[in-house]
Amino acid sequence: MSAAPVVSLQGIATRFGSNIVHERLDLDVEAGEIVALVGGSGSGKTTLLRHIIGLTRPSSGSVRLFGEGLQDGPMRTRMARQRRFGVLFQHGALFSALSVGENIAFPLRELDIATDAEVRDLIALKLAMVEMAPEHAHLMPAELSGGMVKRAALARALALEPELLLLDEPTAGLDPDRSASFVELIRSLHRQLGLTVVLVTHDVDTLAALASKIAVLADRRIVSFAPMEDTLQVDHPFIQRFFRGEHGRRALRRNGLA
Amino acid sequence: MNASVQNQPPEIRVDSDAATVRLSGDWTLRALSGVIETIRKDLAAVPAEAAWSMDPSQRLDSFGATLLWQAWGATWPRLVEIGENQRRVIDRVSASAGRLPTAPDRFGLLDAITMLGAALLTFRAHAIDFIALFGRIFLDLAHLARHPREWPLLEISANLHKVGVKAMPVTALVGFLIGVVLSYLSSLQLKLFGADIFIVNILGLGIIRELGPVLVSVLVAGRSGSAMTAQLGVMRVTEEIDALAAMGISRTLRLVLPKVLALTLAMPLLVLWTSSVALFGGWVSAWVELDLSLGFFVETLPTVVPIANLFIGLGKGAAFGFLIALIACHFGLRVRPNTESLSANTTASVVSAITMVILVDAVFAIATRNIGVPV
Repeated sequence: MSAAPVVSLQGIATRFGSNIVHERLDLDVEAGEIVALVGGSGSGKTTLLRHIIGLTRPSSGSVRLFGEGLQDGPMRTRMARQRRFGVLFQHGALFSALSVGENIAFPLRELDIATDAEVRDLIALKLAMVEMAPEHAHLMPAELSGGMVKRAALARALALEPELLLLDEPTAGLDPDRSASFVELIRSLHRQLGLTVVLVTHDVDTLAALASKIAVLADRRIVSFAPMEDTLQVDHPFIQRFFRGEHGRRALRRNGLA
Repeated sequence: MNASVQNQPPEIRVDSDAATVRLSGDWTLRALSGVIETIRKDLAAVPAEAAWSMDPSQRLDSFGATLLWQAWGATWPRLVEIGENQRRVIDRVSASAGRLPTAPDRFGLLDAITMLGAALLTFRAHAIDFIALFGRIFLDLAHLARHPREWPLLEISANLHKVGVKAMPVTALVGFLIGVVLSYLSSLQLKLFGADIFIVNILGLGIIRELGPVLVSVLVAGRSGSAMTAQLGVMRVTEEIDALAAMGISRTLRLVLPKVLALTLAMPLLVLWTSSVALFGGWVSAWVELDLSLGFFVETLPTVVPIANLFIGLGKGAAFGFLIALIACHFGLRVRPNTESLSANTTASVVSAITMVILVDAVFAIATRNIGVPV
């Protein structure tokens, strides 16, 4: 393991017309961390995540993954770099024309590296990793419940053995029970596979249970980047509202943090 | 994790005398992806009873583990010397390997019969739904006659603009070109017989009565029909239609009726417009080919083409417009929430609409065979 951070954002600025979303934003995520990105609605959390994925480009500033610029190098290098992270989109983004198994196999088949027998074993393995039964491989995404869609999408994100996992609102739309078990699942995968995880959330329960560090996005930049205990000490109106509000306090108490 | 630090290329060293296999390097998807062919060949060449060993510090991910597990024939070799972490990774693979059930995809006689039955039942469901929607439109109209304040005028005018005004350039272009081609080919033949002036009859009757309405219908089915199906389909996917129903608002009154009325109104106008442009195109070609003057063309047209043909053309336009919109809405409301269903229904909508238009056109041809044809 070398010192280069897995994700490194420097001097990010994002503008949509006259609307400035980010300005001089810096963030470094070290290997093995679980970083939660929190912020109010419209503060640009998801936009920042999309910068990291490479779906959008910031107006200025640099995005570096695994110590290399996101857009550096020829096409093949860039594509190889993109295979090093897996993304769980907010609504799963499973290909609705393919079954769950085919969804998981899709990136492997694109890479053309595994034999059919290996692909089948890998599908079964990834399904087991996200605590789904092998029989679920033949279901179509439209036949899955909300929680299952997230699990299946997570299995697909894990298909190419990513080193970095990017999660957009992983627990949004799940009931508290499912949400808690999904958080537990991510935590155990993190332990098993030694992943680095960046997640966007506004659920205090999720980040209290999961995050090793919290990046608070407010006033167009990261105002605090620290473990939970230290974040709570920061005197910023958004942080006070977010964690010290009625809902936040209850969630923290549930997780034994306040 | 620098590029230089990781990805030590995986290697296999076989000592055939001692019957040992030593795996070195990283056995990860990324490290393997460049050299997978050689690795596979090497793995296949390992003697059956060999003892396997792997340096515990090397990395092994689930792809590498699956590769090994397959090479071992889905069972642990007798002698393995690997690290605790690596053993755990392979254990996870072995726990789930081979458990994926095969997809039930065989096709037999029973399936063929089932499919035939399903197709018939689907057709029946389509027919019932379509008739219900058809009746619903008239019930809605009756409702609106009693409650004139509920007319969805805004939606109707928006749809008129979308399906009528915005369709004018493309229908004009196609109409003009068809007129030019038709006139050019006809005049070549007519010149042979010295029957030049009959070009007006051919163009007038052909375009006003037949070609204009059908041409516009095909264009509108492809352009507006597909758009209507896709719009309703997406609204179904995003539950907007359910939201309307939950507010106690009739989806046919707000979504279907405005589209059907707008297209029924817009189509005759589009037919008039397209036929005019097609006739103009026909004249241009006749002028070049036969030196026919515009004044003569305009003067002769009403005398050789009875006015009934214009009304038949416009009537057809209205009927086709009604059908296209109704079919488009019918398929749009049947979309289920996935991309496959959306594309299948949009295709079905356009194909059915064009087929229906041609069928109804044949009915019109038979029903009006004694009207407006000079003998």
